[in-house]
Amino acid sequence: MLHRGLSEILARHRYEPGRLVQILRDVMQAEGYLSPPTITAVAEALRVPRSQVEGVAGFYAFFATEFRGRYRVLFSDNITDEMQGSGELRRRMLDAFHLELGEVSRDGQVSVGLTACTGLCDQGPAMLVNGRPIARLTPARIGAISALIRGGSPVEQWPDNLFTIDTHVERRDRLLDTVVEPGAALDAAITRGATGTLAELRASELRGRGGAGFSAGQKWTACAAAPGPERYIVCNADEGEPGTFKDRVLLTTHIGQLLEGMTVAAHAVGAQRGFIYLRGEYPFLEPIVEAALAARRGAGLLGRDVRGVRGFDFDIEVHHGAGAYVCGEESALIESLEGKRGIPRNRPPYPVTHGYLGKPTVVNNVETLIAAAQIALHGGAWFRTLGTPKSAGTKILSVSGDVARPGIYEYPFGVTVKQVLADAGAERAQAVQVGGPSGVLLAAHEFGRRIAFEDVPSAGAFMVFDETRDIVRVVDNFARFFAHESCGFCTPCRVGTTLVKHMMGRLTAGEGSRRDLKDLTRVTRLMKSSSQCGLGHTAGNPVVDALEKFKPAFVDRLPSLDVRPVFDLDAALGPAREATGRDDPGAHFGHGEET
Amino acid sequence: MNPERPKRKLRVATTSLAGCFGCHMSFLDIDERLIELLEHIEFDASPLTDIKTPGQCDLGLIEGGLCNAENVHVLLNMRQKCRILVAMGACAINGGLPAQRNHLDIRDCLQTVYLTGVGLNRGFIPNDPELPLPLDQVHPLHDVVKIDYFLPGCPPPADAIWQFLTDLIAGRTPQLGHGLIHYD
Amino acid sequence: MTFTLDGHDIPFEPGQTVVQAALAAGHYIPHLCYHPEFQPHGSCKVCTCTVNGRTATSCTTPASEGLEVASETPEIQEIRRDLVQFLFTEGNHFCPSCEQSGDCMLQAVGYELGVVTGHYNPLFPNRPVDASHPDVLLDTNRCILCELCVRASAQIDGKSIFALSGRGITKHLIVNAESGRLGDTQLATTDKALDVCPVGAILRKRTGFRVPIGRRTYDARPISQVTVEPAK
Ligand SMILES: Cc1cc2nc3c(=O)[nH]c(=O)nc-3n(C[C@H](O)[C@H](O)[C@H](O)COP(=O)(O)O)c2cc1C
Ligand code: SF4
Ligand code: SF4
Ligand code: SF4
Ligand code: FES
Repeated sequence: MLHRGLSEILARHRYEPGRLVQILRDVMQAEGYLSPPTITAVAEALRVPRSQVEGVAGFYAFFATEFRGRYRVLFSDNITDEMQGSGELRRRMLDAFHLELGEVSRDGQVSVGLTACTGLCDQGPAMLVNGRPIARLTPARIGAISALIRGGSPVEQWPDNLFTIDTHVERRDRLLDTVVEPGAALDAAITRGATGTLAELRASELRGRGGAGFSAGQKWTACAAAPGPERYIVCNADEGEPGTFKDRVLLTTHIGQLLEGMTVAAHAVGAQRGFIYLRGEYPFLEPIVEAALAARRGAGLLGRDVRGVRGFDFDIEVHHGAGAYVCGEESALIESLEGKRGIPRNRPPYPVTHGYLGKPTVVNNVETLIAAAQIALHGGAWFRTLGTPKSAGTKILSVSGDVARPGIYEYPFGVTVKQVLADAGAERAQAVQVGGPSGVLLAAHEFGRRIAFEDVPSAGAFMVFDETRDIVRVVDNFARFFAHESCGFCTPCRVGTTLVKHMMGRLTAGEGSRRDLKDLTRVTRLMKSSSQCGLGHTAGNPVVDALEKFKPAFVDRLPSLDVRPVFDLDAALGPAREATGRDDPGAHFGHGEET
Repeated sequence: MNPERPKRKLRVATTSLAGCFGCHMSFLDIDERLIELLEHIEFDASPLTDIKTPGQCDLGLIEGGLCNAENVHVLLNMRQKCRILVAMGACAINGGLPAQRNHLDIRDCLQTVYLTGVGLNRGFIPNDPELPLPLDQVHPLHDVVKIDYFLPGCPPPADAIWQFLTDLIAGRTPQLGHGLIHYD
Repeated sequence: MTFTLDGHDIPFEPGQTVVQAALAAGHYIPHLCYHPEFQPHGSCKVCTCTVNGRTATSCTTPASEGLEVASETPEIQEIRRDLVQFLFTEGNHFCPSCEQSGDCMLQAVGYELGVVTGHYNPLFPNRPVDASHPDVLLDTNRCILCELCVRASAQIDGKSIFALSGRGITKHLIVNAESGRLGDTQLATTDKALDVCPVGAILRKRTGFRVPIGRRTYDARPISQVTVEPAK
């Protein structure tokens, strides 16, 4: 049965099954969770099988299929949050409400859990309350938040200053400095013509900034050449890689150029519709994006006959993610755009020929599209003047961790790691995780290496760990991340990420064994060789890098045993002790006995 | 059998933990070949002998998984005494049928069995210190110690046990071909 | 048109995948989520081969002229063994009490590859058994998430009785009913979805022990033979 709130939400989304993820997000906002009757009602209203709706509801981390409390607090669980004292603050809050992690308070008021990196590493520790991010957590802030929750005032009425998100731009280079007046790049593209724009983009040698580094010019050209009248431009603003927050900043400061870049792309490939897939953790960007879209529609830069060109119809809509890192993978992103579970597709075919609704689709990162707008205005040769032979232009890094000045830093490609560390004020760094957990862990002897596709490629994360940090704990954090984010489609990643999590948990606690070390190598190799998508291919990287470069940190905490019990023998007798009331020596395992 | 005999007989201990003795029965099922086998092995502690605690052994064959504290103690001792440890049968390898209780709370199990079960309305949960306490979950052997070889089956076919032992005696890496690997 | 599989020439027709052409030519490649009547799925990864030097699932790789496929190399068999061990590790497989034992593809592929242990520490997940349907038992402890029942129910039966929810290691089979009970769905005994489960997760009641243990499909012959010469 449909109640009014629900039918309003469904009507707003035109009862389109393809908007299922958006619908469920709105229902979550309105009702706090997706109850079984609600799922049935949505399925009936959309005329799709109930099992399909339940499947989608169960996929995304921000959809709860059980009641999680009127206030749902999720602490950001990136390693940088951990380093900024998140654990202690979490303890405080749990104690304040007498809760265990993940538990709902008995009065149904609140639950406290964990969520993957919220992209606020430069201003952590951070949390989400009912989906809204709060940064710069301190004991005082935790106290204030706890009081607000106790008092029961709606999150919408909490003081604004709790929700302010800062923009730390610490080093600017050409991409951040270049100004594109609204319509200027588009005019240049229209003048040049679609073929000319594609040629210019290829000449720029712009490579994708989202990770894979594929040539943007080739991608657009292939999409333009694919048969059929319908085409789509998708901006990947999912930014799920822990330690990455540059797209958040770009969407705040360069939204106009992003929309311009998407419109240039639409003109070049002949697309009619565009999507911005905005990460669910960034709801505060929605008004900024929507305002910019409205302004451009008003100025004739979106809509029918864009810029007065007959038949050039193009508009852009925002789709929100709902807590799934894998939806940053382009084919999973498209599935999610279609309202489905975010499962990476079998490829080939690739999105350029078979993307959204099976139609040719360009998927590009935020930074890529902004660069494309600038290239349309200033030309490929201009763009090519910065960077290295295989990496044209600049790269924006999200610098966090043990540095004096966290924030975003723009450099021409080819900058050394050492240079970045010096600029950010990193003293006594022992390691840098470049490109996030899926990237590469560099040890001090590698700080002379360069950020560039031909040396150390990076989607933008740059997390610094000084000598006081325990690398095994860092890797343990990443292992938890991948296990949480594996979509579960394929066997190696679904099972492998969880096995790695268990093994890393044991090793971190000093309860690991030599077998664990051997199996880590075996499992990570399997994930790399046989997984379906980039998530599984790279999930083992931190483990492999750390075992190679920081082996002593692992070996130091290993007992000399080949195998140790993988569970706590004495604790395993606890329930039986309780049931029998026994506490004699025979009801325990003595310490050291197991070894 | 391989003519290259080891100079000395392999000393073998066997034990049954949370198992049904089926694997041991299957062992005995190798029938008259047992006589031949005894030219190459001698039994230490085993339900088949009268020796209660194992001395230093070459080989330990263990049937059954880990249900209780005693199972764990026996296993740890076997690991110390045996150069090569073999998980024999489905229960030793993955907990087997007893592990089907793993999603139940052992407290509820004890309650049901001793207190609330039909016809037991005045029972009590035994708390004699002589009795081993059950673990909260049933575990396979390799959750606790290093296991060198696995002999699957419920029970492993006599031919598989024979093949395994003759391989080992001859110094080959044991290999089970089709028909000898069974999980049921 | 041919490609090579471990050095053998394999003829193929346009549109065939590597697995299809290989099986048609009498060469077995281990597989679990592939089924000849359905679009390839590519999720179990057991059919992984080396294709022109790179690992790829042979059930999703289109056959093409001159492709060099390696299947029975030590590295590839090792990958497959590990994957089968992963599947045993993540579910609750107690074969001695499973009606499907002897007719189960997971088991048979394990035999084929010489898997004698799950190797990893079993996860012992808490998964439901649903006996609410009068004629069908659903034991998700044994589900390997191949989605064959999902595909059959959606594509052939037109019902979507089965689907997957959750993600990662918590991914699980669900049924199309608010109660979550199979008995409350429109499942009929004639549904194709009942006949595609490669393991013992979806079982018809009262038929399990018609053929005694020890005399079943893969007791007699290895799956590598049964698959390519089923009639024998
Ligand atoms: C698990 C995974 C997560 C990804 N996340 C993102 C992301 O958040 N943003 C992004 O732009 N690309 C991400 N990618 C890369 C995309 O698949 C794709 O390559 C990219 O969006 C293409 O745009 P580009 O060529 O402009 O980089 C991810 C890839 C994988 C495998
Ligand atoms: S590799 Fe992981 S994330 Fe990618 S499809 Fe497989 S299970 Fe999903
Ligand atoms: S489904 Fe197959 S592998 Fe699982 S318990 Fe049954 S017979 Fe064994
Ligand atoms: S129930 Fe059977 S057919 Fe369905 S997904 Fe599970 S293993 Fe596959
Ligand atoms: S059979 Fe090819 S991936 Fe499962």
